[in-house]
Amino acid sequence: MNSFQQFFFDLNEKYPKWNFIFFYDPTQTDRVLSGLWMTIQLAVVCVILSVVIGLIGAWLQGSHSRFLRSIVQGYIQFFRNTPPLIQLLFFYFALGQFTPTYSPDGWLEVPIISNVGWAIISLSFFAGAFNVEIFRAGIEAVPESTQEAAEALGMNRLQIYLYVVLPLAFRVSLPALNNNLVNLVKTTTQALAIAVPELLYQMVSIYNDYSTAQNASMTVLFVVYIILVGILVIAMNRWEKANRIPGYGN
Amino acid sequence: MSIHNWEASQPIISINDVHKSFGALEVLKGVSLDVMKGEVICVIGPSGSGKSTLIRCINALNDIDSGSIKVEGREVNDPDLDKLALRKKVGMVFQQYNLFPHKTALENIMMAPVKVLKQPKDEVEKRARTLIKRVNLEGKEDGYPGELSGGQQQRVAIARSLAMNPDVMLFDEVTAALDPETVKEVLVAIKNLAQDGMTCILVTHEMGFAREIADHIYFTDRGVIVEHGPPSSFFTDAKDPRTKEFLSQIL
Repeated sequence: MNSFQQFFFDLNEKYPKWNFIFFYDPTQTDRVLSGLWMTIQLAVVCVILSVVIGLIGAWLQGSHSRFLRSIVQGYIQFFRNTPPLIQLLFFYFALGQFTPTYSPDGWLEVPIISNVGWAIISLSFFAGAFNVEIFRAGIEAVPESTQEAAEALGMNRLQIYLYVVLPLAFRVSLPALNNNLVNLVKTTTQALAIAVPELLYQMVSIYNDYSTAQNASMTVLFVVYIILVGILVIAMNRWEKANRIPGYGN
Repeated sequence: MSIHNWEASQPIISINDVHKSFGALEVLKGVSLDVMKGEVICVIGPSGSGKSTLIRCINALNDIDSGSIKVEGREVNDPDLDKLALRKKVGMVFQQYNLFPHKTALENIMMAPVKVLKQPKDEVEKRARTLIKRVNLEGKEDGYPGELSGGQQQRVAIARSLAMNPDVMLFDEVTAALDPETVKEVLVAIKNLAQDGMTCILVTHEMGFAREIADHIYFTDRGVIVEHGPPSSFFTDAKDPRTKEFLSQIL
């Protein structure tokens, strides 16, 4: 036992309500670390996918086809107006029943989309719905006349979207996007409900096994999320600053 | 697309009986005019007389309801129109400059040739630097539009349009939004262009300038061309009472 582990071991001896068991019991340490890793992966993948969904959705919302526009609208209404926890449960338990299965060892039937897969899909679509609206607001802030100038230079709709509208809309959208992505990172904890072994799931399991670890687990959870979200916010703020256009919008 | 064999001896732009309505409002009520290669045309007239709409129709930013607009023999009022081909030939400069605010002056000029015409970047950059010099903006290559004055932005916009090597340039009240002290630098840039033989169509309120550079002046009112003629006679011998009234107010 190293001195770090020894410190928390002694702490538990002295104050049994503060049992940081995962700081001195290597088995529990591994559970926390694997949970943290899962949370980070979940957050990164969902952030990226939700932004992609937002961009595509905002693009489709500007389409000439009423059918496409109403599909996007329906999607937004569904995912924005229902609780993400119910969405997770619905995806995993309801839709999960209808997805095909495969058998890796000839005995067990495993669904093609795992609980982690469903969590990624459900959380990305949830945050993506907000991102569509966020990007749409940004797109609407790009003057029609600027797009017209691009059109007069021979650009087609996709080129105008990629080279003129998006770069400007993105800058306008960043503060709102920032908020939504922070929310998304926190919402990944709800994947607990479908037994995705992320950080909260592991912590709850630990204090179910060792009830004296409850206070310690809660404390560490708060600290870890403050750090995780802090990193995201710092990165987004830096990005926002790096993208500031001299002489524009201030 | 129809077969067209246009020759330089024919009008480069031929507008014939064009009608255009926005909802119930008829903005163009049968406008016809021809522009020869190398000519400089000024369109003047009171606000709402349809002059901006007319030049926006030439590069298909607005479609027309009936009539015909031909650019180098190609019909613009055609559902199968190749808009890219048209816009390569016809450049346009706007009242509000409409530069891309997230790009530097140089990048603004380079964007369309690189992205639309897929020309090699270093070649386009060389041309863009020459164009910057041509509009007297040396040293402003790396400035963002927000860091430039209105007159400087408008000259970047002119250079941006020229980078596509158009045959015709359209100017839509390009000095109307400028501070009086920067109007001149933009007019000088346009004048140089006209003197180099560029075909130009200007919608303008700058009567002195129109008189100086135009080969032909058209006066529009309420959707029709009321009167036209070379500047030498137009300003002195206006026949129509509407033209007379307009000129008396503005000169």
